[in-house]
Amino acid sequence: MSDRVDIALTVNGEEVHAAVEPRQNLVDFVREELQLTGSHVGCEHGVCGACTVRVDGVIVRGCLLLAVQCEGCTVETIEGVSDTGEIADLQAAFVARNALQCGFCTPGMLLTAQELLLKASAAPSREEIRAHLSGNYCRCTGYQAIVDAVEEVALARKDGAR
Amino acid sequence: MTHTPDLPSTLSALDRPNSYIGRSVPRPNIARLAQGRGQYVSDIVLPRMAHVAFVRSPYAHARIVMIDATAAKRAIGVIAIVTGAKLAKVISPWVGVLTHLKGIKSAPQHAIAVERACWQGEAVCAVVARTRAEAEDACELVHVKYEELAPVTDAETALDPTTPVIHAELGDNLTFERKHQAGDPDQGFALADAIVETTFRFGRHTGVTNEPRAIVADWNPGEERLTVYQGTQAPHMMQNLFAKHLGLQEHQVRVLTKDVGGSFGIKVHTYADEMATVALSKLLRRPIKFVADRLESFVTDIHARDHRVNARIGVKRDGTITAWEIDDLTGIGPYSVYPRTSGIEANQVVNLVGGPYTCPNYRARARVVFQNKNVMCQYRAVGHPIATSVTEGLVELAAAKIGIDPLELRRRNLIPDDAYPASGPSGIKFEALSHHACLARLDTMMNYAGLRAEQARLRERGVHRGVGFASFIEVTNPSAAFYGVGGARISAQDGATVRLDATGAIFCATGVTEQGQGTEAVIAQCVATAFGVPLERVRVITGDTDNVPYGGGTWASRAAGIGGEAAWQAGKALRQNVLAAAGSILQAEPGTLDIANGVIVDAGTGRERIGLDEVARIVYFRPDTLPPGFQAEMVATRHYVPRAFAFAFTNGVQASHLEVDTDTGFIRLLKHWCIEDCGTVINPQLVDEQIRGGVVQGIGAALLEHCVYDDRGQLTNGTMADYLVPMAPEMPDIEIGHVVTPTADSELGAKGAGEAGTAGASGAIMNAVNDALRPLGAPPITEIPITPDVVLRALGKI
Repeated sequence: MSDRVDIALTVNGEEVHAAVEPRQNLVDFVREELQLTGSHVGCEHGVCGACTVRVDGVIVRGCLLLAVQCEGCTVETIEGVSDTGEIADLQAAFVARNALQCGFCTPGMLLTAQELLLKASAAPSREEIRAHLSGNYCRCTGYQAIVDAVEEVALARKDGAR
Repeated sequence: MTHTPDLPSTLSALDRPNSYIGRSVPRPNIARLAQGRGQYVSDIVLPRMAHVAFVRSPYAHARIVMIDATAAKRAIGVIAIVTGAKLAKVISPWVGVLTHLKGIKSAPQHAIAVERACWQGEAVCAVVARTRAEAEDACELVHVKYEELAPVTDAETALDPTTPVIHAELGDNLTFERKHQAGDPDQGFALADAIVETTFRFGRHTGVTNEPRAIVADWNPGEERLTVYQGTQAPHMMQNLFAKHLGLQEHQVRVLTKDVGGSFGIKVHTYADEMATVALSKLLRRPIKFVADRLESFVTDIHARDHRVNARIGVKRDGTITAWEIDDLTGIGPYSVYPRTSGIEANQVVNLVGGPYTCPNYRARARVVFQNKNVMCQYRAVGHPIATSVTEGLVELAAAKIGIDPLELRRRNLIPDDAYPASGPSGIKFEALSHHACLARLDTMMNYAGLRAEQARLRERGVHRGVGFASFIEVTNPSAAFYGVGGARISAQDGATVRLDATGAIFCATGVTEQGQGTEAVIAQCVATAFGVPLERVRVITGDTDNVPYGGGTWASRAAGIGGEAAWQAGKALRQNVLAAAGSILQAEPGTLDIANGVIVDAGTGRERIGLDEVARIVYFRPDTLPPGFQAEMVATRHYVPRAFAFAFTNGVQASHLEVDTDTGFIRLLKHWCIEDCGTVINPQLVDEQIRGGVVQGIGAALLEHCVYDDRGQLTNGTMADYLVPMAPEMPDIEIGHVVTPTADSELGAKGAGEAGTAGASGAIMNAVNDALRPLGAPPITEIPITPDVVLRALGKI
């Protein structure tokens, strides 16, 4: 495969210019070209959610979007939101509650949870948390610890906002 | 948020100042994982590294007539195309047998198929290229001419004289057979007032680790050493196997295991494509990377279960169980998996059936047969879900038949808590279990009487809820009886080396490994407590055969019980060494001193005498000031292996509460409970999370997960869109309680906890579904997964 395409985008606040194969998906691009290995490849067919990243503020499956489709976009990965401190409270709650075991699903799980917390007007119920995480596969925890951690942060953020 | 309460130990030996034993401290190694800063094998990139992809057989059974790679060799980025015959010159084949499984047989398996492919997905040719994508492109251009052979797919007919024999040299398709008889089963059944006889069926399923199997092999001809980065549970085992089959000495092989994205028994076996990857590195003299994609995972990661068990129980009118009988049949694919064999699961089923109960009359037969499907082998809770579902299914069917409450029937038959040591009907030995205490705790925790009253009320409104139970036992802390006596070089013992560094921090290298269970936290807790430092001063090193004591790794729920005890003893030994040095510095008897919170103190009063950093400074930089003839030793190593019992059995009981929609067949899980006894609990939160994760894996097996093969041996649902796994919305909250019966085999008293959840969950759910459907006149459901289709068929609706 040749015929690379030039793209320009913003990744974790940095301008990136790259020539990519048209077939390369976004998660392979951030992992292989930018060495941002915090986004993981679990199924490559859009089911497991391990490759979840944010594009223009919306979470997407990094395996279902091509890098060339991200021309001019703002892409945020787990490394970016970790460095800005945006989800520091979620990360701390995941660690305290042991809401991760092998950690492979965790970056995608955190970004998905953050999306729920950003858009929810009130602290979401456990059922709403479970429903929002329904596209993120975790084989280790059985999910309860994850729901506990997200619920705790949701309540804490609402308290803080009052 | 529900935080797990601490479970402080009451044992004097563990009752150290600032003890971490029994405390839910967070794991020291997971903040980086939560920031996406882990290093999984799939993340590793080395200079000159190339990628391998495999051409895989589309047939379940086929002769490889010809491989034409002319076009593939010309493809962009291709470095080499290697067939099975070519690779066989670099790596020798293996046979998955163990001498203690009497009569087990298998055929030589090659890294890449030579002449014949025996399952759909077996690699027949390797393509090495600059990138994985280019390797896959070239795979498309490899032309393989196959001659399809008759596939053997049905385990039930695998032994029929008319069925083709997969490996002609073996004479038949029987891998292994075990028969066992104890007590007098015929008399037991003759004495029974009621006999329940049924057939249980357990679907094939697989591990679906979130990170697929991954390996980077780096043969360095300059130093004649092979470095293998591998997501494995057993680095030393793999070191041995790589060396053996590549014709190297073990010290020429280093296995490095960093972060592992899930394992559950999937990553403790020898995989042909991983062996091919190390061989390709040796052949091509450069690093080679293989990461299975998800579709490859479904047809090559070991599958598990797939048992058909004809089973019988006899029971008296007063509830006394009089006899058990099982006939287990399991199909394990075309090869017994190396080196642990594919005979262990059926063997475990025979060992474990009837295990919690006093009835000694037992007859069992287990047969393991070859077939042309993906290989099957040990996966989390090996054999336990089969044995527990059969035993507990029979118990609840018997209770229903004679009209006794299922908990009451258990109370009348479970081995009394004061009757230990005791044996199970298969002859397995129990040091000390607590079935009755666990049952009593469960009864209260779940408000059993209240649930029954609610069930009756809702039944009148057409809501069909069920409650089901499963008492279980779990094999943990295995001695050499598991593999070593059968000739496998899989260590039963484990070691820990602890070192005081120059600023008073502690390094601990351990032979057990971390795949997310919290091994590093547990080891750190043991060392910190035994030695006497704050937890954050302990750094744990795992997964490096060049740098950790020789050990078995993490499987069979052995890391905490065996690795933890070694770390505990090593921590104590280093404390004595450091106190000897401190005593010589302070001119005090070492026996009058102790270490607490990182400071040398007077043992009696706790008065601070000197900091560890100061001891370390003197020992390392001013040893000239120490008394003549005194040599400080700031490293200590200890090993541990259980000796008194072959296994440290644990026990517990689970309950499932669910609702069946009789129109759609959908099952809604309302709640799940587990009371378990893993002895001393080192970290209650980690134990609880092991149980929760295990329960959910059992729920997947019970309701969702199934590798569906057609009669030509084609896996028909090998994607994550088609093979269903547990996701967050359908899973219940799981309440956990503990009874603590430490093992006297170790000072720590810890047994394993990794598989208890999976052992009992599917049986409890099956029983709960039948409890819900019984008043509707539905025949008992004795197969898993219990899909809506199965429910509706039982109800006669389809």
